[in-house]
This record gives sequence, structure tokens and C-alpha cells, in this order.
Amino acid sequence: MAAQTLFEKIWNDHVVYQQPDGPALLYIDLHLVHEVTSPQAFEGLRNSGRKVRATDRTFCTLDHDVPTINQTGPISDPDAALQIEHMRKNCRDFGLRLFDLGSHEQGIVHVIGPQLGLTQPGLTIVCGDSHTSTHGALGALAIGIGTSEVGHVLGTQCLWQVKPKSFEVLVNGKLGRGVSAKDLILGIIGRIGTSGGTGCVIEYRGEAIEALSMDERMTVCNMTIEGGARAGMIGADQKTIDYLRGRRFVPSEKEFDQAAARWLKYRTDEGAHFDRSITFDAASFAPQVTWGTNPGMVIEVTGKVPDPAGFDDAAQRESAARALEYMALKPGVPIVDIAVDRVFIGSCTNSRLTDLQAAAQTVRGKRVANTVHAMVVPGSWQIKAEAEKLGLDKIFKEAGFEWREAGCSMCLAMNGDMLQPGERCASTSNRNFEGRQGAGGRTHLVSPAMAAAAAVAGHFVDIREWANA
Amino acid sequence: MQPFTTVEGIVAPLDRVNVDTDQIIPKQFLKAVVRTGLGQGLFFDWIKNPDFVLNQPRFKDATILVARANFGCGSSREHAPWALIDFGFRAVIAPSFADIFRNNSFKNGFLPVILKEAEVDHIFRAVANHQQPYRLTIDLPSQTVADNAGWSAHFELGEFQKKCLLEGLDDIALTLMQDQEIAAYEKSHPVPYRL
Ligand code: SF4
Repeated sequence: MAAQTLFEKIWNDHVVYQQPDGPALLYIDLHLVHEVTSPQAFEGLRNSGRKVRATDRTFCTLDHDVPTINQTGPISDPDAALQIEHMRKNCRDFGLRLFDLGSHEQGIVHVIGPQLGLTQPGLTIVCGDSHTSTHGALGALAIGIGTSEVGHVLGTQCLWQVKPKSFEVLVNGKLGRGVSAKDLILGIIGRIGTSGGTGCVIEYRGEAIEALSMDERMTVCNMTIEGGARAGMIGADQKTIDYLRGRRFVPSEKEFDQAAARWLKYRTDEGAHFDRSITFDAASFAPQVTWGTNPGMVIEVTGKVPDPAGFDDAAQRESAARALEYMALKPGVPIVDIAVDRVFIGSCTNSRLTDLQAAAQTVRGKRVANTVHAMVVPGSWQIKAEAEKLGLDKIFKEAGFEWREAGCSMCLAMNGDMLQPGERCASTSNRNFEGRQGAGGRTHLVSPAMAAAAAVAGHFVDIREWANA
Repeated sequence: MQPFTTVEGIVAPLDRVNVDTDQIIPKQFLKAVVRTGLGQGLFFDWIKNPDFVLNQPRFKDATILVARANFGCGSSREHAPWALIDFGFRAVIAPSFADIFRNNSFKNGFLPVILKEAEVDHIFRAVANHQQPYRLTIDLPSQTVADNAGWSAHFELGEFQKKCLLEGLDDIALTLMQDQEIAAYEKSHPVPYRL
């Protein structure tokens, strides 16, 4: 058989029916559902008298709306409470498993999928959420969908998709000290642009990618959507297998090795052809900080706020000028001179155990600046428990951070954790759009260590020069 | 789904690149459990500005929005096309769209039209140069956008998407015509979980 890419293997495996000259009908192995993008989908199902086709491939959680203080207590926001009640009722009515508030399995949908072993190599995965691309880190094809498509997958367990192009992002060499997976993906988006991957599935390959831990691979795949691509993926290897062993939903002991042997085939074959390819040198990336209002507006921490006049294209000049106005930044100001009011460590991009460890290491024995309010929101209850076992909660609390319960929190600020107008935040999340973390709020995306250091210093610092690093 | 064949109407210009779905409809409107009434959240933070284009009386009855590249990027929220539709729009024209937004639009009988940069420029100029509201006709069967002065442009669209839009097809019913293939697939691919 001809050499195939990872993407082609999974795609070809899952085509149930091909429209002549049109989209393919793909079978979906795993459907993850959350409270915000599903109510209208269930309503549609109910109105047409349909059932959920594959209840054992559909798993639900509550994450977007949920409080991060006293989560199991009464929910004060009536709209959030209603949406949460809808999710519970829909799970009851349609016979679906819900990782409810108060359960050890609850957390951000893209954190718990891999953590519970639901995300596995070779699977097709969808969720009504753009950051579904995260799951590709385990060698799966994971696509974010809208609510109508959620309804369609509930009803049919299939999705119509026009075959995307394959796009190889090859990262050779080693990342420098203090340069994290977050810096790598921000740097890549800065170079390919926020629509650089439109119509494509990106596969990350090369020495620097293989060297990443599973948590780091998830960070990279997570933000792939910010480069416009439909999905991001990384081939399965021994790290993937080791990560999955013993997790809640993976096959048990004796079947596990069989599954693992199968999973290891989900890699791109030697000599397989990609529609597009781009190569980067890992050593060329430095710690990154976004300065504008989309993730492509990013610069090295050693840089300065760019001058809009320096952009070639008129539309870019205008959007840079608009971004600087919104961000209240002047061209030429060194990034390290930008002071922050808030620090948020969390979100499906950077709320896993190793993210929290990197941040804790940075602040150990130090104090959050008295001009800064800082919080840490673990991605799941399981991560929270693991972190507490390692004493990370103590390090954070002693440094003056708030230590919260699991959820999306201030990544999209639906649950009441939000910036006030004009507040400036160093955030480990994935979107710096206008108002994303609260109307009038100003977001700078950074790595966990960079966010933690900014909390202590009161402004951005180059983590490579940090004493604890 | 409401079928889409032809739309004739006033064009409103939104001269920005990378309009993300957080701007189209911010998070506080995502707590809805129904699809309707979201027009009140459309461009919520921008519309507070009295100078914002959609506050100008001559665009009040616009049904076609024209914007710049990468329209609809960011969050997958289908609330974005729902809000545009509820506000009164039937179609949006841009040089490019984010994939998920484009898919979501098709599912709601809302047409995302991709034209070349130069053609989009032409529309922006025409809107600016007209004292009267500038009108366009978008005709799906012939895949054309045209004005009353003889200007027109062709746009591309997949045959399958076109058929679904023209007939307002219910996707689920259509898919279940393949029920046998799906069932066969399920048989040969057992659930990969220890439940
Ligand atoms: S953490 Fe943020 S980006 Fe991730 S799923 Fe939640 S809201 Fe979406």
C-alpha cells in the first residue's frame, strides 16, 4: 500500500459513505458534549422524536458555565443554572453519561477526554467547541463543530466533512531553555497567521515535537484552531501509550497491549505525501507574548510593541492600529515594561499538571506583586487532587494566588470570573479577542511560567532570566 | 431548515479583517437555550458606539453583510450565524471565512459567499460611493452576485452544499438514508471503551 499520512489513515478508516464530488460521511468514535453548545441540539432531537444513536460513545460534562468557588453549592447565575439543569435533564432523558459537578471526573472537556482515556489514537472525535483540536495530540482526528452538527452527530453518529488538505509543520532541533510548548505554538501562529491553516489538518512532526511531553503536545494541538486549521495532530508513540496505560476507559490489562500495538500504527508512514509543508528550527523560538487582539499578533518577550505603520498591507495596518488602541499600548514600548493587573493560569490550553508545576516552580518562595490579582484554575478535579498531593496548592497560596476549582473560568469569562473594563491580564488561555475575558478587558497570552513570573514582577519578564527557572 | 435561493437587498459594509465570533456575539448570550432572539447580542460591544456602521440609518434594513478576510474566526459558537439571521441578515460576503463558521452558516440557510479580494473591494467602494443604499442580488442557482448597474461576480460552492441549501434539506434525514452503511460500520468497529 502507498505510504499514508496519519490523517489519511484515520480519514480512510472512517468514511462510511462518499458523496460523488462532495463531502464524505465520517463515522464518529467519540462525541464529547458540554452545556453551552448542546441545548438547541437536544431540543431539535426531541422535536423530531429522535434518539441518541450511540449512547456509549457520547460523554457529557459541565465546564463552561460552572463556578470555580464552591462549585457544588447553589449556582447564583440563573441563566447558568438553567443551562446546567438542561444538560442534566438531557443526559437523563437520552441516557447519556454525565461527569457532573462534584464528581472526580469533572473538568474542562478537552482536559478530561485524554485524562479518562476516552481520547485514543486512531479515533475520530468531535465536540461542539473549537478547541477539540487538543485531542489530536494522541494521534486522533479531532474536529470542532457547531450546534447543528452536534445534533447531527447525536442523531446519526456521523459527520459530513469535505476532505481537508494535509499540512505538515516540521519542527527540527531542540527548543531553548525556558521556551515552552505554548511559546512554540504562539510563535508558529505568529508566522503562519490566524488563517494560515484554513481548510487544512496540521500534523506536527520533527525532533522538537517528539521531545514534547503529552501535556505539551496537547497545548500545541489545542491552539491549532487559532491558526485556522480544522484539526491538529501528532503521531502516536511510546509516550502516548505510557500516558494512556491505566486510565479509566482504556481497555483493561490484557487487552491493553493489543490495543497499544494497534495504536502505534497511527503515525505517518515514511515517504507519505502532504499537500503542504513548512519547516521551522526549534531554536528560533523565544518566549512569546501577544500584544494585540488575535493570537497571531504576537512577539518575543525581548521585543517591543510593533508600529502599525510597519505592516505592508493596509488591512493589517488598520487592524494593528485598532488593536493597539483597544489594548492601550504605544508602539515601541518594550514588552517587559508592560504592567499587568491580573494573572490567569488555567484553560484547556494550560491547566494540566505539568503547566501547574512550571508555574509553581516559578513562584516558589516568592510573592505576587501587590498590584496584581492572580488565580490558578486546574483543568479538572483529578489534576487539582494530583497538584495538591504534590503541595502545589500551598506554593501558590503562600505566594498569594487564589487556588480555584476546575472549569473554563476566565478563559471565556462566562461563569463570573472576569476582567473589569481596562484591566490587563497575563493569561495562559488561548484567545486574546476584544472582550474575551470580560468587556473592555485586555488579554496577553503567555506560557504558564511567563504568567507566573509576571504575577510576581507585576510586569512581563523574560523567563530565561528568572532566578527560579 | 429554511431554503435559500435568491436574496436581493441592501449591503452593509463591515470593513475589518479577522472578525471573530466573540465579536459577532459575546459570551453573555451563549447562555441561551433556544436559537431565537440572539439579534440583540449581535456585535454587542461594537454597536454601543453610535458611529458603528450598523447604527447608520441607511443600513438599517440591510440583508447582506460584506466584510474582510477570515470572517467568523475563533469560537465554534453557532450563535454567530443565529445572531446574524435574527438581526435580519441572509448572507455575508467576504474574501475568506473560518471553516467552522462557514459550516454553521450552511446548516442554517445562511449563505457565506466567497468573492475575490478585488471583487470585495469593488463592493466596499460601491457602498461608499452611493448616496442611496447600495443593493445586491445573490442568486444561488447561478452562483452569482450582481448589482443593478451591470456589475456581477461568480462564486464557488460545493454541489452538495448547494443542493442542501436550495432544498432546505434536513441533514439527519439525509444521512439516515445511509443507515445500512452506518450500521455495518458500527458492527465492525466496536466501542473502544471499558464502560
Ligand atoms: S477552557 Fe476556554 S477554550 Fe477551552 S473549552 Fe473552555 S472556554 Fe473553550
